[in-house]
Amino acid sequence: MTRVRVLIRPKAGILDPQGQAVERALPALGFDGVANVHVGRLVELDVDDPGRVPDMCEQLLANPLIEDFEIERPEADRPHQDPGPEALRR
Amino acid sequence: MRFGVVRFPGSCDVVDAVRAAGRVGEAEELWHADADLHDVDAVIVPGGFSYGDYLRVGAIARFAPVMAEVERFARHGGLVLGICNGFQVLCEAGMLSGALLPNTSLRFVCRQVELEVVNPRTPWTNACEPGERLSIPAKHTTGRFWAPDPVLDELEANGQVVLRYAPGHNFNGSARDIAGVSNAAGNVLGLMPHPEHAVDPLTGSADGLKLLLSAARVPAA
Repeated sequence: MTRVRVLIRPKAGILDPQGQAVERALPALGFDGVANVHVGRLVELDVDDPGRVPDMCEQLLANPLIEDFEIERPEADRPHQDPGPEALRR
Repeated sequence: MRFGVVRFPGSCDVVDAVRAAGRVGEAEELWHADADLHDVDAVIVPGGFSYGDYLRVGAIARFAPVMAEVERFARHGGLVLGICNGFQVLCEAGMLSGALLPNTSLRFVCRQVELEVVNPRTPWTNACEPGERLSIPAKHTTGRFWAPDPVLDELEANGQVVLRYAPGHNFNGSARDIAGVSNAAGNVLGLMPHPEHAVDPLTGSADGLKLLLSAARVPAA
């Protein structure tokens, strides 16, 4: 199975009060220089056929009217590396 | 007129809806796993937190077996009323245009609101006068109606904006003060405020009964 991550965020131009609340809260803690904060969702799933994930997003995981989604395949993006015997000794 | 009120796991306004509909006709519960609608004349999808509102409000409920029947019923002109979570479910199911987003305040708000009847010619509002004000409670966190501008223009042009928040009452930030919309045919109505909680002067208003009375006046299909 392939591990897939779906990042879902409010569409640009739609008021995102959660993002705004976080953006206002950060400077209150001394974190200046923060802009354009948006809060979305992360869905992780293992699938037999990653080719079907866009349809899953359209039909259930996201509401395409109000949300954009982005599909990531962490294992494909970062090739698996054998940690080697050194890692076993640690 | 026999009303059926859908109960999903997590619905919480079923009893009030059955009681309210029972004042103008007969009413019974429909279970989310039911394969038919018990031959009712109108369906109410009530408020609550169907399936815990997991993922997105209303997103899971639309796949309940009973919803396939509700969609079919609506396609054939059957009367369907979605209240609060029920409105969210009907939007997710594509039976109504638009979506409900978190209130701009991000807060749960429970208050009496004044609504204006924009279109009194639908099966759910025919007992109202144009511009009539209805005092009905609203209670939700995710009730900001939103749709792209061209869709809003179309809804307005077609008379599908059935109810608006009166000036000063749009507490959730809904686009163009929209409180309730119908489908193009008018037989499906969704609204965030709760008419089923306003059926007795004892609790401040009986204006909610007007929507149910309207439906009861429609000859059974």
